[in-house]
Amino acid sequence: MRHDHLLTARQLSREDVEEVLDRAAELDADPSAARERNAGTLLGLCFFEPSTRTKMSFEAAIKRLGGDVVDMGSVDSSSVKKGESLADTVRVVEGYADALVLRHPLEGSAKMASEYVDVPLVNAGDGAGHHPTQTLLDLYTIRETAGLDDLTIGIMGDLKYGRTVHSLATALTNFDAHQHFVSPESLKLPRSVRYDLHEAGASVREHTELEEVLPSLDVLYVTRIQRERFPDENEYQKVAGQYRIDEATLEAASDDLTVMHPLPRVDEIAPEVDESYAAQYFEQAHNGVPVRMALLDLLMEGER
Amino acid sequence: MTEKELRVSKISSGTVIDHVRAGQALNVLAILGIDGSGGEEISIGMNVPSDALARKDVVKVEGRELSQDELDVLSIIAPDATVNIVRDYDVAEKHRVERPGRVTGVLECPNRNCITTADEPVETAFEVLSDGVRCEYCDTIVREDLADLIAD
Ligand SMILES: [Zn+2]
Repeated sequence: MRHDHLLTARQLSREDVEEVLDRAAELDADPSAARERNAGTLLGLCFFEPSTRTKMSFEAAIKRLGGDVVDMGSVDSSSVKKGESLADTVRVVEGYADALVLRHPLEGSAKMASEYVDVPLVNAGDGAGHHPTQTLLDLYTIRETAGLDDLTIGIMGDLKYGRTVHSLATALTNFDAHQHFVSPESLKLPRSVRYDLHEAGASVREHTELEEVLPSLDVLYVTRIQRERFPDENEYQKVAGQYRIDEATLEAASDDLTVMHPLPRVDEIAPEVDESYAAQYFEQAHNGVPVRMALLDLLMEGER
Repeated sequence: MTEKELRVSKISSGTVIDHVRAGQALNVLAILGIDGSGGEEISIGMNVPSDALARKDVVKVEGRELSQDELDVLSIIAPDATVNIVRDYDVAEKHRVERPGRVTGVLECPNRNCITTADEPVETAFEVLSDGVRCEYCDTIVREDLADLIAD
């Protein structure tokens, strides 16, 4: 990795992605492979909004690498409540740790924080902005199941506010991927993501109906549509039902479709789908650990 | 000097911003933070006939020379502008504005969920696109009403 920090998927070249995924595959096969060089390292966790899973996944990753965490704790009990700036908080935590992980409700927070610290900083979600480690584990899962070349992927759900979608779509421009975006009209991709996809010359199509593209897909990436995004309950119910995946939906799909979801899901994927060969979302969540191990191992390599 | 340009009074020393797109003169003043409160003498010509643009605006500010930073920002809303620095009734310097790659500390991000709008020690930074600007922190792209983003 030539990077000091991981802030957005946009900074990742194809080589960067492949380096992380290759290292993740090594560590998946032998989790102790990087223990010697990472023993005793400390990862600073700065979570300004709750995210139990992402946090646990980073904790598991650093512990499997032979390190440990120092945790700022929940926002309620931290100095944030006392009005300390983010810039100050990360500078303090930097003094305790070899690398930092930041989750923050404001867009651009990770970029700003990275300007104040010298240790590697990993963006674990900044508002509706970016979530690049989720993207890396998504790409890892796709590579394992469908392969990253000549991929036809459908990305469905809340494409407007879904940061995992923004990062994934951007990262996929490094590969030979045909991207189909399926969403309600009001939740289409934001301008900035369209801009990046256009600049990258990506093959992109937009749809409001999944049926239009389902049969051609290798991967269907489903995200949650939140009730809060709709002014009235009826509108929400109409839309939510339309983007729900169940066994009947899958009948129109190819036999080797992979269904993914960043989790947690609510009811956009019926539990009956879990039993199908297509369901890869729990495997995807599991992949978070080797991928984050690989990323931390590579980022801290520059520090050693 | 043509007869048409005489409609806006000559200045003794200061800056003449010419070939501003019609209707943008007030935005030019806004982007430069000039509102006359400093006592500057300002003349504006709007919808003045022009060979190059059909209609254009002209802004003259007495007693003030624009800095390179100000010219950079100006370019975002007035890409065709020419800037003459006048000293003693003579044009001492002629500039064409050039679009910078980025502008910092001048525009405010319209995204209220952007870290640059929080109480943090961070200066705004925008990448200049061919048809707008993009916040380097939250990626928000703005193409319309750029003058509204000028920080007070
Ligand atoms: Zn912004």
